[in-house]
Amino acid sequence: MIQLKDVSKIYKTEMIETIALSHVSFEVKKGEFAAIMGPSGSGKSTLMHILGALDLATSGEYILDGESVSKLTQDELADIRNRKIGFIFQAFNLLPRTTAIKNVMLPMAYAGIPKEERLEKAKKYLEMVGLKDRMYHTSNQLSGGQQQRVAIARGLVMNPAILLADEPTGNIASAQAEEVMSLFQKLNEEGHTIIMITHEPDIAAHANRIIHVRDGIIINDEINKHKLKVKS
Amino acid sequence: MDIRELIIECFSTLTVNKMRTGLAILGIVIGIGSVIALISLGEASQKMIENQIQSLGSNLLTVQPGGQSNGAVRGAQGGGTTLTLEDAKAIQSSPTITSVKTISPELSRRAQVIVGRNNTNTQIYGVHPSYAEIRKLTLSSGVFITTRDVETMSKVAVIGPQVATDLFGDGVNPIGRMIRTGTQSLKVVGVTVAKGGSGFNNQDDMIYVPLSTAQKQLYGVSYLSSISVEAKSQDVMTQAQNEVGYLLLARHKFNDPTQADFSIMSQADIMNTASQVTGTFTTLLSGIAAISLLVGGIGIMNIMLVTVTERTREIGLRKALGAKQRIVILQFLFEAIILTITGGIIGMILGVLISFILSSTMNLPFTISWGAIFLAMGVSGVIGVVFGWYPAQKASQLQPIEALRYE
Repeated sequence: MIQLKDVSKIYKTEMIETIALSHVSFEVKKGEFAAIMGPSGSGKSTLMHILGALDLATSGEYILDGESVSKLTQDELADIRNRKIGFIFQAFNLLPRTTAIKNVMLPMAYAGIPKEERLEKAKKYLEMVGLKDRMYHTSNQLSGGQQQRVAIARGLVMNPAILLADEPTGNIASAQAEEVMSLFQKLNEEGHTIIMITHEPDIAAHANRIIHVRDGIIINDEINKHKLKVKS
Repeated sequence: MDIRELIIECFSTLTVNKMRTGLAILGIVIGIGSVIALISLGEASQKMIENQIQSLGSNLLTVQPGGQSNGAVRGAQGGGTTLTLEDAKAIQSSPTITSVKTISPELSRRAQVIVGRNNTNTQIYGVHPSYAEIRKLTLSSGVFITTRDVETMSKVAVIGPQVATDLFGDGVNPIGRMIRTGTQSLKVVGVTVAKGGSGFNNQDDMIYVPLSTAQKQLYGVSYLSSISVEAKSQDVMTQAQNEVGYLLLARHKFNDPTQADFSIMSQADIMNTASQVTGTFTTLLSGIAAISLLVGGIGIMNIMLVTVTERTREIGLRKALGAKQRIVILQFLFEAIILTITGGIIGMILGVLISFILSSTMNLPFTISWGAIFLAMGVSGVIGVVFGWYPAQKASQLQPIEALRYE
């Protein structure tokens, strides 16, 4: 499903070379729920950018859902992101002053899906994340947890190969964080592949597999034996 | 996402911050508004001049003394004293002249005219009866200068309605009353019909007296200030001009036409001169207005650059969700174009309104210059593209990671 083969990322400024990732290889199979953990500066954000096709690796190969994402143009990357990846950001990143349903429809608009189908699907996914009666609220009228659920619905509408979540609970209250994590577990049980980047052990504990990154290399990659199951 | 949806989205984005949108388009509104107002007013005043000159008669030639080189000295047009009544009579009676219908010898001067405590400064025309025919003058009351008046040097005057109002007040019948200019008193025998108009050559603000009276009684001179010549038709204008020209050259003993001490102008010549002047003014003012359009365009570019910076995160998100560069460019380009075209439409309405108000207060005919309107709309669209392109390009070049991280 996802394959990183010997991936390195080096940032060059005029004077210094910074190695953000050094020869990283791993695989995530379909239906997995993996957490990538590490302190700040460990390279986990760089890893997330490469996994999310937001950035290209300096060397090595990245294969996403059977497609090589190593040497693509900006527009081709945009297309990959649109079809294959559902993003969930720490700061939700909903369009301001825009209704929940319009936010969810946005990726489908870029994919050129006809308007009726967009409406129908957006309603379906908002219902799934439990926001049926908040569809026409604008993002600033929703709580943090609700906004993140809108973002999850937006991440799901294109039926992507992976859901890529970057500190999904970083900006929301702990009670609502539990709700979001329970939603992730439910989605995972339904067969969605999820990769979550976090520095909080409590949050990472909800995943099936935990990958530890430090100084640009994977230092530990194991099955989570103490998986925290949230009641939904 | 099709174009229609993109445009709808741009509209909703622009309505969020109405104050800023309003201020952003103000430059374009003022620029387009002044271009349209100025061009419309320019066309209106040109039309008015044409109407006025046309109303003087289109088969008309005007012979004026001076105006061409006299030795090394170039005489001022109409300033010479070489044109005489004998010249006029010669044009009238010469067997070589076949294309002339009527002539009118004239002596005109500005003078102070007094009635009791009222006085006005106006143009006094010493004329023959043929003047009324050539200039298509009609009277609202009384009679015009007659041949007998000219022969007997009668002290009579025909006045324009403006003069009548200035000297006698509204609603007073001036026929039979006396007016005074210099040491002479003249009896009003007729009032001409109001023709409207203002400024240059206002026919309502004139006094006509017998030519002989003007020459001998009022001013003590024997020359003419002009001879109006009416050709038999518009087709023989050039022929008439040549015939009169050669006759006068012979009478004044000139061999070389460039040395002549008189000039002959047709109404078309006069009209061209007048149009040239207003045309130059219109071009000049439109140039200034165009500069304000340029400034308006730069204002749009500025606000679009601010918008792009402000919405960096939004742009990053859109790109993360799959927006291609083209879509991002189009989105911001459309916003700029919508701004400038909206500004253009408001400016157009404003410009038409201004030219309507000004033309009604200045007594000009109101014209809408469609050319100017299409030009202005086109220009505002082009300004949108030109000044929106750079910010849109900048937005589309943003790297999604950098943009998402931007605070």
